Amino acid sequence: MGYRIQVDFDLCESNAICMQIAPEVFEVRDDDFLYILNEEPGDEIKAQVEEAAQRCPKQAIAIAEG
Amino acid sequence: MRAAETLRSEGFDGTIHLIGDEPHLPYDRPPLSKQVLAGDWQPDRVALTTPEKNEDLSFEWHLSSKATQLNIAEKKIALDSGQTIAYDGAIIATGARCISLRMAENLQGVYTLRGLDDAIAIRSEFDNSPQNVVVVGAGFIGAEVAATARQRGLNVTMIEAAEIPFERVLGAEMGTVTADVHRDNGVNVITGTPVESFKGQTRVEKVVLGDGTELDADVVIVGIGVRPNTEWLKDSGLVIDNGVICDEKCQAGPGIVAAGDVARWPNKLFNEQMRVEHWDNAVEQGVYAARRLLHGGQSMDPYAPTPWFWTDQFDRKIQLAGRTRPTDEIKVITGSVEERRFATAYGRDGKLVGILGFNRPRHVMQYKQMISEGTSWDDALNYAKEQS
Repeated sequence: MGYRIQVDFDLCESNAICMQIAPEVFEVRDDDFLYILNEEPGDEIKAQVEEAAQRCPKQAIAIAEG
Repeated sequence: MRAAETLRSEGFDGTIHLIGDEPHLPYDRPPLSKQVLAGDWQPDRVALTTPEKNEDLSFEWHLSSKATQLNIAEKKIALDSGQTIAYDGAIIATGARCISLRMAENLQGVYTLRGLDDAIAIRSEFDNSPQNVVVVGAGFIGAEVAATARQRGLNVTMIEAAEIPFERVLGAEMGTVTADVHRDNGVNVITGTPVESFKGQTRVEKVVLGDGTELDADVVIVGIGVRPNTEWLKDSGLVIDNGVICDEKCQAGPGIVAAGDVARWPNKLFNEQMRVEHWDNAVEQGVYAARRLLHGGQSMDPYAPTPWFWTDQFDRKIQLAGRTRPTDEIKVITGSVEERRFATAYGRDGKLVGILGFNRPRHVMQYKQMISEGTSWDDALNYAKEQS
């Protein structure tokens, strides 16, 4: 069972908390925008992705199962 | 709420009682001083849960209910309704409340901002286009209210008793930079004088300063700090000292953990007893404390996070990570202070202890990670030099 990361970029404010928790997946670059490096990362990193979603101050990260 | 969700996600299937003195289901506080006050969001958008989700997690809600007593020997919590709830484990997350000014107690038009109802009341005052808004106390919440009011086109004065706003947290130089953002955006910033009194019959009309200055005021927002809600615990036997005192793993007593604004615990990373009033800590510590309660603490590392918060002031996103003091050494490690897009590192006792960013989220997170790893001040400065 894979999963897909969805970011609501209207909500995202580039606080970069997600980048600290899961740098393999989330990167805020010098232009202050968030880039998703891998929209379907493996299960081995799912716990970090879930923590990033939970701790996003804007609650802009969603995880779609399937 | 975060703690309760964690109990469920970690497999606890017993009864979870959630007790709160507000009539609302849990909601997100940061937008209150920003989008809600600005009028951009309808207040219901801050809800953290829905009745449906609520049903899934099968919590027992006790809203508009205030916990009045904790009896550790009998494992019971008394509510103001007269009801008593028995528990096997308890998570204390009663938060903090705003300090109010007694001299303004009976005057209409004077507010503090903590909860949803406060935000709705202040917003409706702003909707009536008041002539003069006065913010008492240039803390980060007060400053956000000032910025939001100013962006709504209102006339705003911010009063700070200290000579330099934000100095206690950011130091003199960076405190001045932050205050200048407000000055340049048209906020009248008055420093170095306390509020002496208020004038008005039923409603506030003037704010009188220590030097005798009288300011016209239609709406006043007081933001002079918060106090942890611990009064209900005073006979419990728990140690209370500017918060509920916990061990390094957030345990306050037998079968009792604490989290969020109310908890004070020794953070090993900074060798300091701390109580943190930030959103991010409420989430992280809530999760930690729930796990601690459910699984016991033997296999857990002590709770030793690098505190972090953000604040939006006009078009600047200001973030601060770590534990800074006004006496710390500071160094701008990237960007330009003049352009207000920069990051400043804070060092103390040979260690990197803080990072402040103005529209520099990427750098703040990099250095936050370095703080968590115990990076020395020299290594941090060398790293900054290599990167530039």
